[in-house]
Amino acid sequence: MSNLKQLATRRAPLCGGHRACAGCSAPNVVRQVLMASADPVVVGSATGCLEVTTTIFPYSAWNVPFVHSAFENAGASVSGIEAAYKSLKKQGKIADEKINFVAFGGDGGTYDIGFQSLSGAMERGHNLLYVCYDNGAYMNTGIQRSSATPRGAMTTTSPVGKVVQGKQQQRKDLTACMVAHEIPYVAQTTPAHWRDLNAKAEYAFSIDGPKFMNVLAPCRLGWGFPMELTMEMCRLAADTCFWPLYEVVDGRYKLTYTPREKKPIEDFLKLQTRFRHLFRPENEHVIAEIQQEVDRKWERLQKLCKL
Amino acid sequence: MGKTRVARTGNEAMAEAIRQINPDVVAAYPITPATEVMQIFATYVADGLVDTELVPTESEHSAMSAAIGSQVAGARTMTATSSQGLALMYEMLYIAAGLRLPLIMAEVNRALSAPINIHCDHSDTMGGRDAGWIQIFSENSQEAYDNLIQAVRIAEHKDVLLPIMVTTDGFIISHAMEAMEIYDDKDVRGFIGTYKPLLPALDHRNPITVGAIDFVDYYFEHRRAVAQAMINAKDVILEVGREFGRKFGQEYGFYEAYKLDDAEVAMVCLGSTAGTGKDAIDNLRKRGIKAGLLKIRVFRPFPAEELAARLRCVPQICVLDRSDALAATGGPLFAELLAAMYEDRSEHKIINRIYGLGGRDIKVGEIEELLSAQVSAAAGGKSIDRIAYLGVRE
Ligand SMILES: Cc1ncc(C[n+]2csc(CCOP(=O)(O)OP(=O)(O)O)c2C)c(N)n1
Repeated sequence: MSNLKQLATRRAPLCGGHRACAGCSAPNVVRQVLMASADPVVVGSATGCLEVTTTIFPYSAWNVPFVHSAFENAGASVSGIEAAYKSLKKQGKIADEKINFVAFGGDGGTYDIGFQSLSGAMERGHNLLYVCYDNGAYMNTGIQRSSATPRGAMTTTSPVGKVVQGKQQQRKDLTACMVAHEIPYVAQTTPAHWRDLNAKAEYAFSIDGPKFMNVLAPCRLGWGFPMELTMEMCRLAADTCFWPLYEVVDGRYKLTYTPREKKPIEDFLKLQTRFRHLFRPENEHVIAEIQQEVDRKWERLQKLCKL
Repeated sequence: MGKTRVARTGNEAMAEAIRQINPDVVAAYPITPATEVMQIFATYVADGLVDTELVPTESEHSAMSAAIGSQVAGARTMTATSSQGLALMYEMLYIAAGLRLPLIMAEVNRALSAPINIHCDHSDTMGGRDAGWIQIFSENSQEAYDNLIQAVRIAEHKDVLLPIMVTTDGFIISHAMEAMEIYDDKDVRGFIGTYKPLLPALDHRNPITVGAIDFVDYYFEHRRAVAQAMINAKDVILEVGREFGRKFGQEYGFYEAYKLDDAEVAMVCLGSTAGTGKDAIDNLRKRGIKAGLLKIRVFRPFPAEELAARLRCVPQICVLDRSDALAATGGPLFAELLAAMYEDRSEHKIINRIYGLGGRDIKVGEIEELLSAQVSAAAGGKSIDRIAYLGVRE
């Protein structure tokens, strides 16, 4: 694993001056993933906040090749790029050097509309790393619920009304779906745990085949927290076990972080205005149910790690 | 220059052309009647006859997305589809053109659902007519083969850089065996040349950003450039068609005129119906009716001026559309030809018949009857509808 000093000498793949909100974590995720690659990278992206804030023509914040074509196709699009590389390399039409291929998609572009394209790319076995920066809603279009939005969260399509308050459903466990694809590497992490993220990305780049990383990406606008608390939100997500850090190597589960003391889910929820309504007396049971769900999944994950 | 006379279906002819082109990447998804093109091609990949990476995607949307990724990366890339598959690609068709990618598609024309129908009409291809793709129709296997070979040169020309689809008519061409000539691999490869991508995304030493977002300050200029590329394509199509003629013996242009010079009535159509039409024209001529035919080969860019000039002296024109624009104003070919003829300011009587939807057969006798009725109406006989449907129970 590279140390901070080594990482600091690598050229930033994504430079400053982009138009992401202050406190947005998506650029942190991108930098940390890409700086783990000692080899050249070619990046593909789904439509979403990341893409629109970094490529406003005639400017681009990307110091590496960056390809965007549509919203639901990052998996397929990078499949094609990787296939081109394989073909041209095999034919001697390009230099015989290692290039890492990375696809970025938000949770909407990954869990929902791009799910099929991602699944296809993983099944076909392309040598690429797909990274979902999961900010828990369609942020680019103004905070609509996705299948990654946590239960209870208020979004513009799961508003807090008189009879229905926030999202009614549990979030989809996409990381588990990717494990079910039986690909060589699946991991979950956050940019606040940068050593963890860096080690996971480095490992992903070191092996052949399809790899998937689900990275929590707090959105201060959509979640409603002060912009200086982005990394704190990541730490709370991990410490409450809402977002456990783990990896699955060839089907073997491994926890990469165990909180010293598992914090109650309220600690994570209470700093975010999207959950504010849950703290009304009539909604107390919802928090209790969210806690039960977190506990159930955390216990299951621990069991899986002991297999 | 070697040529071999063979018997091939349209799908086999297209698969043969793709083998000879030897694209770096092919991404596709099965759909009748185009499936077979990829099935045949997959055997070439499996037998090591080509260098191609085959990406058998999980949908046509992904096939076009992967093809776009591949072409952006710097690889010569092809695909094939029909009907619902092309419809599912619709979003990506515009993106391929907007990104100025010389992708090549074998499109086997098939009706669109609903009702679901696997047979030929042109509604699938017509749905993509404003997407920025060059569209070339083929009358038979030979043309399908010749057109695909030329497609590479047209799409990749520096003044064009647009995606291109070469179409055949589902089953009528795709599955019908015909005698045709294929050319030697080395001649085909010599003709198409090697692909030199302008700004390949794989060139990480010169990183580029592809697919950036344009606001009101740039979008219009970029779309204007796409429009210009389509205008430029006209000269390139003719240039490549002439060169193809010099090399392989058969020259190609925007259209083929059949017995048109002295025609008092002419039918205008796309694709395989031209073959049927030529028989009808011969029969009408035997009966003393001076009939002719204009087969349009290139639908995008639409060669309006050239078609109008060629039809200038024909007083009676019948446009046969194998798709309906559902605009209450006739088919798409009719609408565009009408506009072209209006500009030309000549005196014509132009009628439209929508025919053959969902593979409904069009017969020699029906065309004869139609054109002779138009001639007799012009001579003061029974009047004739301007726009109507041919061969449907109403
Ligand atoms: C086919 C299609 N449907 C809808 C959209 C509109 N759209 C663009 S970005 C976006 C939301 C993206 O959400 P997500 O993937 O979660 O990424 P984020 O913006 O949150 O980073 C939507 C709905 C689109 N571009 N294409």
